[in-house]
Amino acid sequence: MQGPSDFEVSRRKLLLGTAASVAFGATPFAHAQTPAVPAQADVADTVSMSKVSFNVNGSLREIALDTRTTLLDALREHLHLTGSKKGCDHGQCGACTVIVGGRRINSCLTLAVMHQGDSITTIEGLGTPENMHPMQAAFVKHDGFQCGYCTPGQICSAVAVLDEIKAGIPSHVSADLNAPLQLTNAELRERMSGNICRCGAYSNIAEAISEVAGRPA
Amino acid sequence: MKFDSPATTNPIDRLKVVGQPFSRIDGPLKTTGTAPYAYERHDVAANQAYGYVVGAAIGKGRIAGIDLGKAKTAPGVLAIVTAENAGKLGKGRLNTAKLLGGPEIQHYHQAIAVVVAETFEQARAAAALIRVDYAKEQGAFDLASLTDKAKPNAITGGPADTAVGDFAAAFAAAPVRLDARYSTPDEAHAMMEPHATIAAWQGDKLMLWTSNQMIAWNAAEMATILGIPKENVRLDSPFVGGGFGGKLFPRADALLAALGARAAKRPVKVALQRPLMFNNTTHRPATIQRIRIGATTDGKITAIGHESWSGDLAGGKADGAVSQTRLLYAGAHRMTATRLATLDLPEGNAMRAPGEATGMMALEIAMDEMAEKLGIDPVQFRIVNDTQVDPEKPERPFSQRQLVECLRNGAARFGWSRRNPQPGRMRDGRWLVGMGAAAAFRNNLLTKSAARVRLDSSGIVTVETDMTDIGTGSYTIIAQTAAEMMGVPLEKVKVRLGDSAFPVSAGSGGQWGGNNSTAGVYAACVKLREAIAQKLGFNSAEAEFADGEVRAGNRRVPLTQAAGEAGITAEDEIEYGDLAKKYQQSTFGAHFVEVGVDAATAEIRVRRMLAVCAAGRILNPKTARSQVIGAMTMGVGAALMEELVVDRRAGFFVNHDLAGYEVPVHADIPHQDMFFLDETDPMSSPMKAKGVAELGICGVAAAVANAVYNATGVRVRDYPITLDKLLERMPDVG
Amino acid sequence: MKSFSYERARTPAEAAASALRRPDAKFIAGGTNLLDLMKLEIETPAHLVDVNGLALDKIEATPEGGLRIGALVRNTDLAADSRIRRDYGVLSRALLAGASGQLRNKATTAGNLLQRTRCPYFYDTNQPCNKRRPGSGCSAIGGFSRQHAVIGASEACIATHPSDMAVAMRALDVTVEAVRPDGTTRNIPIADFHRLPGDTPHIETTLQPGELITAVTLPKPVGGTHVYRKVRDRASYAFALVSVAAIVQRDGSGRVALGGVAHKPWRVEAADAELPRGARAVATKLLANARPTRDNAFKLALAERTIGAALTEAKG
Repeated sequence: MQGPSDFEVSRRKLLLGTAASVAFGATPFAHAQTPAVPAQADVADTVSMSKVSFNVNGSLREIALDTRTTLLDALREHLHLTGSKKGCDHGQCGACTVIVGGRRINSCLTLAVMHQGDSITTIEGLGTPENMHPMQAAFVKHDGFQCGYCTPGQICSAVAVLDEIKAGIPSHVSADLNAPLQLTNAELRERMSGNICRCGAYSNIAEAISEVAGRPA
Repeated sequence: MKFDSPATTNPIDRLKVVGQPFSRIDGPLKTTGTAPYAYERHDVAANQAYGYVVGAAIGKGRIAGIDLGKAKTAPGVLAIVTAENAGKLGKGRLNTAKLLGGPEIQHYHQAIAVVVAETFEQARAAAALIRVDYAKEQGAFDLASLTDKAKPNAITGGPADTAVGDFAAAFAAAPVRLDARYSTPDEAHAMMEPHATIAAWQGDKLMLWTSNQMIAWNAAEMATILGIPKENVRLDSPFVGGGFGGKLFPRADALLAALGARAAKRPVKVALQRPLMFNNTTHRPATIQRIRIGATTDGKITAIGHESWSGDLAGGKADGAVSQTRLLYAGAHRMTATRLATLDLPEGNAMRAPGEATGMMALEIAMDEMAEKLGIDPVQFRIVNDTQVDPEKPERPFSQRQLVECLRNGAARFGWSRRNPQPGRMRDGRWLVGMGAAAAFRNNLLTKSAARVRLDSSGIVTVETDMTDIGTGSYTIIAQTAAEMMGVPLEKVKVRLGDSAFPVSAGSGGQWGGNNSTAGVYAACVKLREAIAQKLGFNSAEAEFADGEVRAGNRRVPLTQAAGEAGITAEDEIEYGDLAKKYQQSTFGAHFVEVGVDAATAEIRVRRMLAVCAAGRILNPKTARSQVIGAMTMGVGAALMEELVVDRRAGFFVNHDLAGYEVPVHADIPHQDMFFLDETDPMSSPMKAKGVAELGICGVAAAVANAVYNATGVRVRDYPITLDKLLERMPDVG
Repeated sequence: MKSFSYERARTPAEAAASALRRPDAKFIAGGTNLLDLMKLEIETPAHLVDVNGLALDKIEATPEGGLRIGALVRNTDLAADSRIRRDYGVLSRALLAGASGQLRNKATTAGNLLQRTRCPYFYDTNQPCNKRRPGSGCSAIGGFSRQHAVIGASEACIATHPSDMAVAMRALDVTVEAVRPDGTTRNIPIADFHRLPGDTPHIETTLQPGELITAVTLPKPVGGTHVYRKVRDRASYAFALVSVAAIVQRDGSGRVALGGVAHKPWRVEAADAELPRGARAVATKLLANARPTRDNAFKLALAERTIGAALTEAKG
């Protein structure tokens, strides 16, 4: 385990890797413009690169990245999947919510290189304007958004929330930890609380989710 | 089109499309993540570099030295711009503080540098390598200690002070009196999309893809700051991830992207980092308010006085917290006063319903307190003191005023009669339950607005205006307006917004966007109808536009044919005469809130909310309702949790992220009920509509406060109402 | 964020050895706290050892009748585990009261224990903070300290530990298991795991350099009624002003731990004995020698009242 790991690309190799990254439509790297640095140099003065491949919305994507790149920035800046939003970049708003391996996470608080081999679903993978996911259609019908910036995160979260309830994962407001879950308005609101909507569409969002879940709000 | 006499019957009155609850036409884009926000425009300029903003580390003082050495040589760095190398920058008219500070620092986190690099990660890392030496200066950071030094300051739409009759004498003589002080804290807009801009120069022309509420203001302002002709600046802002007043003026992202792009000779994108936003941008300023009400024993107000103190940077403006008190309730003897102290905190400025939002937070608690002193139901007390004329200028009637109807209707729907007027008497398990009510009031503002409308040979009507949709539903109501005017289905209308190349609109702010921008579209459509009629040889007064046709007498021509190959375009502007001077135009509502307060911990949770509003014609009941419930949600935040906490030693807002500055989450907001009363206001515009987006926040925090009082018997006059302010006076638990 | 090299470790011992070789290395698992802090350069590791590939994501029965929770078990999975829900309800409840669904899906058991404080002055790198920059001073003292510690604090630091999970674990008397770089393991009682700030608030736990948490072991179930009561301004997605983990037996005996009041989950075993005498007696014992600030003095009354509410809830 000495020296760079298998996943790391040395600076020298990076120049080779750049072509590959451009082929994937990523922002070109500029390391050719900075002088080469000896391997022992303070790492802060260098850029550590890694390759990662994962499946996004059904397509295999392979990119070479600065190890510091979050999953969110990999999606937005490298793959140009800008549906996932950066509201705070610190896990405090939920706008960046995506579904990884069937579970919703904040894509701003995870490194892209930590997702080798993962399956990632973003808002773009749920539906398109012409062919919306039922949750997307319900948000439109119930006006579950205003400015739209938190909306992709809300919808990804909502889709995952219904799966979590099906899977029997309890919440803070579940009355009895050892009884079957009830899909109540309070359950939805608690579970959705990691997605902030400053426009204040909460009441409508709860109605949209309820409709998809097949229960009255 | 000049609107200078009350509206008569016009094609909008058909209400086939306008007034109908259509879903937002931009909904499919927003819900699928395909609506492009400013920072996401990868397609508009090749080779975009990344800017990262450095904020000042002190509240007031000077930069004694700045060392860019390590940052400059960091990997990927293309340029660093500071005040030293930015070139001469002008001062905009709209901002109080400079967008790029240095050497003088006016407030904490004032931008002092932007680092431009190949990647975001590189720009961020290099920004942390900049070393700054500061010469700190003693600043003024504590409003409460400066009220004596505060000076009169005019507020939007009026002078600093007003006086009618003899307030002092009438108050002294009143048999029932209230004299109370209230405070509201500094609050943050905290819109979900951070301020963001991509800037690109083509020669001496600057293109900004940005997130902004007021396109024309900002193009002009950026030109002033950069010292370039206005026509050399173009802005594009088709989707705005929330603003609430925080994106009315250019911010550091726009200026630093422009300067960074000039220095790096490449397009540059900059988003303000969330932890920087709270101190770097503007906020709703804190207020201290004193309210005095005198009344007869049967509840008639004889004297009402409202004074407000707020602070801002030198050259700034006061919060207009007294504004509604000039208009809302009757009373022969009245006074208001607005005082502004100079503070060295970040710039205070407009946030959703500036003035009324803070003013109603205090006034509507005062009304509740006064009702209790009088032994009158608080809803009834408001009804008793209704006025149908401007109480400072009785010769001016309100154009429409249904406050009483809102209160009565809301009380009935909410079950207000079940409220126990004795506080602390309603209980539901561990919860002490209380109900509170408040009036809602916000003025309707008129401002000119232009649009261009084109009919093409496929029958598509395209509207272009620099109006913005910040979540307000502009796309949809503008499409509805054009569809109604041109007699086409909604799907046949395309709306293009937010581009400074389009005709100048009202923009989004002060809840003026909806009525004015659609009135501008109305004006342009009237002109287009005339052009079409003229082309077809129809008498334009007779021509009827319906079902995709133009009809007059026996003749009917499909619009596709009327347009011809070349299509027809018309452009016009709505401008206003003096109807707003002759008639006071305002919007009204009533808020009803039920809260539960945990008997042990004093945690406050909202259980029910209802608003009934009267705000002229409602152009789209679905999107308008969303505006109101959204504002109610923000009002719950103001009531229960939102506060930018001032560190009075270092002079900054301490809780400057979304974990520290709490805004309501899903779990805080129950199902909300919201109803509009039927109203059309022919004095406001040909649309007969008024603003609605800010009405919803006015009063709601006080309704929450009054409900907390009703639940617990503890009166809190300092917002936010948090459990620590209740705890000591809460009833004992076993 | 400073640049860092990145490796994926294959075994716990290998991870520990790698970290020992590089004093500037950090383990990363969920990343929800570490990356947050790295973005602000409050944490500046030059090397990250990704431990997500280590097979530490199981919850297994122990011969003693308890459960051994792998360090990488996600908060969601721990809270949802049927054995935890049945026998250690206070732990499930505490986890579910914390953060958001998204964060709980990522955050791990070990990472939750190692969370750093949410003191706003710790988070603002322009401000003095002894925890972030030893010797620079404590801005929270005399500043905004509503969230801060009321007991066990020092002149150097009044920060609180933000975890909910750890409060329940303190009430449950768990043991933290760590592997040393040489491959041997060490068991640390939860009571000894977190430190009080003293003169060295930057040292938050008793873990040694290179040591990697591999598991948390729950003793066999103690029965009783389990309650976790978290008090906050906002109804969800907020850190506790005060929280109470209580396990109450039929005879009125039990255990109580507090969150939101100190640099570590706060439990005083002697206070447990006061349980039959009620909340005031318990709180008096628990918070003897409390030294609140003007901003957070309310926490004393709040703690007592919340203990009372928890006891009422436990009685059903």
